[in-house]
Amino acid sequence: MGAAKFLNYSTHRTKTPLIRKNGELVEATIDEAIEKAAQILVDAHYPVLYGWSNTSCEAQRVGVELAEEVGGVLDNTSTVCHGPSILGVQAAGLSSATLGQMRHRADLIIYWASNPWDAHPRHPERYTMFSDGRFQKSSWTKYLSKLRGEMSKKKIQRASNLVLQKDFCFAPCQEEGLPHSMYTNKRRTIVVDVRKTRSADAADCFLQVEPGKDYELLQALRVLVRDGELDVDEVAGIPVELLEDLTDVMVECKLGILFFGLGLTMSKGKHRNIDAAINLTRDLNNRTKFLIMPMRGHYNVTGADIVSTWQTGYPFAVDLSNGYPRYNPGETSAVDIFCRDEADATLVVASDPVAHFPRAASKNIAKHPLISIDPEVTPTTMLADVILPPAFVGIEAEGTAYRMDHVPLPLKKVVEPPEGFLSDQEILRRILQKVRELKKEREMN
Amino acid sequence: MSELIVKNGFVYDPLNRIDGEKMDICIRDGKIVKTVRDSAKVVDASGMVVMPGGVDIHSHIAGGEVDTGRMLRPEDHVKDVEVKTAVTRSGVGFSIPSTFTTGYRYSKMGYTTVMNPSTPPLQARHTHEELIDTPMIDKGTYPLLGDWWISLEHIRDGLLEENAAHIAWMLKAARGYAIKIVNPGGLEAWGFGRNVHSLDDVVPNFGITPREIIRGLCKVNTMLNLPHTIHVHTNNLGQPGNYVTALETMKCVEDLAREDRPVLHITHIQFCAFKGEDWARLKSGAEDIANYVNNHSHVTIDVGQVVFSDTTTMTADGPFQFGLYHITGNKWINHDVETETSGGIVPFQYKRSSSVHATQWSIALEIMLLVKDPWKVFMTTDHPNAGPFFYYPKIMTWYISRRAREDMLKKINKRARKKSLLPTIDRELSLYELAIVTRAGQAKALGLKDKGHLGVGADADIAIYNINPERADPAKKFVSARKAFDRAAYTIKDGEIVVKDGEIVKQVFGKTYWVDVECAYNHCRTTRAQADAELKKKFKDYWTVEYENYPIREGFLHSSAPIAVKADI
Repeated sequence: MGAAKFLNYSTHRTKTPLIRKNGELVEATIDEAIEKAAQILVDAHYPVLYGWSNTSCEAQRVGVELAEEVGGVLDNTSTVCHGPSILGVQAAGLSSATLGQMRHRADLIIYWASNPWDAHPRHPERYTMFSDGRFQKSSWTKYLSKLRGEMSKKKIQRASNLVLQKDFCFAPCQEEGLPHSMYTNKRRTIVVDVRKTRSADAADCFLQVEPGKDYELLQALRVLVRDGELDVDEVAGIPVELLEDLTDVMVECKLGILFFGLGLTMSKGKHRNIDAAINLTRDLNNRTKFLIMPMRGHYNVTGADIVSTWQTGYPFAVDLSNGYPRYNPGETSAVDIFCRDEADATLVVASDPVAHFPRAASKNIAKHPLISIDPEVTPTTMLADVILPPAFVGIEAEGTAYRMDHVPLPLKKVVEPPEGFLSDQEILRRILQKVRELKKEREMN
Repeated sequence: MSELIVKNGFVYDPLNRIDGEKMDICIRDGKIVKTVRDSAKVVDASGMVVMPGGVDIHSHIAGGEVDTGRMLRPEDHVKDVEVKTAVTRSGVGFSIPSTFTTGYRYSKMGYTTVMNPSTPPLQARHTHEELIDTPMIDKGTYPLLGDWWISLEHIRDGLLEENAAHIAWMLKAARGYAIKIVNPGGLEAWGFGRNVHSLDDVVPNFGITPREIIRGLCKVNTMLNLPHTIHVHTNNLGQPGNYVTALETMKCVEDLAREDRPVLHITHIQFCAFKGEDWARLKSGAEDIANYVNNHSHVTIDVGQVVFSDTTTMTADGPFQFGLYHITGNKWINHDVETETSGGIVPFQYKRSSSVHATQWSIALEIMLLVKDPWKVFMTTDHPNAGPFFYYPKIMTWYISRRAREDMLKKINKRARKKSLLPTIDRELSLYELAIVTRAGQAKALGLKDKGHLGVGADADIAIYNINPERADPAKKFVSARKAFDRAAYTIKDGEIVVKDGEIVKQVFGKTYWVDVECAYNHCRTTRAQADAELKKKFKDYWTVEYENYPIREGFLHSSAPIAVKADI
């Protein structure tokens, strides 16, 4: 899978720095582009410095310094991703661990509103379902026999249809309660989602929650974990009896873990959903040991949060325009600032907000000077006034990145970048230097 | 060649037995020298106290735990912000300040060396990234090794020499300074939500006891000739009646002492000096602890002084933090680290009106004052666990002034006041003794030879406080003494003036100390190659990180200061 990242990585890259002149992007030297970028930032009253999640911590560190120097807003992609998770954590805490801990010990795994099979394919293989740990063996044999069963079922069906000349199918399995495999002491997996995903196929048990009703379901489980009673028949489309069985399994596990994805953070309820999920694990910890972890996306989005936090105290949406860090998501978060059209310049590093933000926000980004530091061609770079293509971190430049469980890893340099290409860190360092020079010049005049 | 001379100060330099003598200190190129030329820059310290720069043996200032604490508590930062200046970066406080603010605030108090006491080795890179961004001070960090599977297995199998070799590897891989042990055995048990409750409880799945872990690692520490002793956070921390555990922990390595040199450091001992069966009957175990320390020379302690403040508790002691979460109902972070350790964070408020908190406050002071030899006991708040570090000046006044203590004693919970031993203690620390418990003693315990004193050849890390002991007794004028300790008249770091009148005038970035142990693999059953091969194999099974990606590579630390040590094995 990593091969796809390395092969042809360089085919569609921007080959030289570009500056927009009279509406056209024209080639420029790196020095010209850096000077232009610095000018834009110094001229701006309230610039936003956005992105950061696909570059190294070393670059992010310079980024915070630059944001402070120009009195801008520093925000990373958490703002449109797991930002609500952070708000949830700030309200309730988080009982978590590094991923190896799940591999060694977890006997119950829940993927809630997340589809690792497609979105984090290495996750089940390395840390959960199919990995072997010291105290917990892998459940891949279980999965294989399930797969074989399904396949032979299909074969029989096809053969019968040919022989009988009519549509034959197995009656849908009318299992009462949870499947039998949920009651073994092997590693068990549950998927909770609004639709049946491939991850659900691989799991022991799938619970289909009605869209927008995760919060209800989480709170119902909390009631049951606290030995309460529910006087309804079903919650979020799932029979209460099944939930009661599920609660028993959760309470009786040795170590459980709930992984949650964007289905929880970015659906109705947002950080309230996370709050409920975290509080469910808090309740469960009174009965057994239970952990919870967000399934982060970009390879170094965790690092972006971490770097921002150690330098400013806050993980994202940090407003440095007053000379000190201020944090108020909803007010100081990038999307909201753009929607209100308050930013008068934008620096985007290793991200593509134009393609992912609401239309109103993207429109306002394009209205004002836009600098993009990105090796790829994206809608954001197409609208940019200055494009600075850097070397690829992890291929052409080294650095540090954080895994979703806060474990820092080194990124290596495997090939030399094309001549004249600088790393994100170096580009930012030079912009910062130029900004300081320009500010000094202006003070003198 | 940059030269500096600090003139006419009252010098307190306990390691060189200088007690308030009026003298000049000469500095050249960051080191203290005998003489300088007449052209040297003069710092006039007349009428002021001159001490070595402050040394903190135990303060959580960087790393995964601290940073998660910062992330958890925006409400902690919003009340305390630092604005960017021409020399300094912006930042936030309060109990878990951002890295830059941490450095500045330490420096303003005249501190120049701070040790970060806990790092999961797996996340050491994170700690060092933050330490690199912590300006003004020299620093180091202690990897958590008391629940490391490899240690547990080696100790179980009686392979102490092998374990020593592996720990030498780990100290280098994590760029660590000392062996940190937290609730030995308890953290491994916490992996499945359990704990150990005494030195002789068996650690589940490993069949050894906390006693064996402490003794094993203590022996390993000696084999490796590490500059510091093992740094221990005891079992049963924060439980009523746990002074017994603290005493037993000290006793269990009594026979391992060599020539009167300490072999054990018990940290934030206040948290394990509780007498009484439950919280309602909580009493001070300070006398018992102090008696033991007074009669033995194999142990040093730091107090973990409680200050009445809002703060954030954070330790690697997962089960303890879980207990704290139960007591407070506050938000709670838990973070277990595969094969190595765990951790937790809970915001906490120490209240004067609470009999437990007030007793804790009293216990820490009692221990400090009842231990006769100041070289054995050090001032810390286990920042931020018992209170943020910027309360140090206030604590110093409690040490040097009986009146300052009485002022606070009047304000605390009545029941706690009745039980407190403080009214029976008249002792007031002299400035000389204060210099020992806040710098000289800590530097000595850490084995940092160039720190904590002002002799020729020492690092020119100096704190100058605007206190004139000839004119006024600091025990009486404790408020002005507190202000002086709060804002050093000068802080000199590596021969440069970095703080003047309590303000940062220059930003510098200190060194990161770590120990580089050379092992010859004598007395080991395996050769180096075999041990490496074994470790490589274990990596695949134990961690989710590759062997090659685990160690911190050369050049990662911006200012690396390895201390070369030759092991006995």
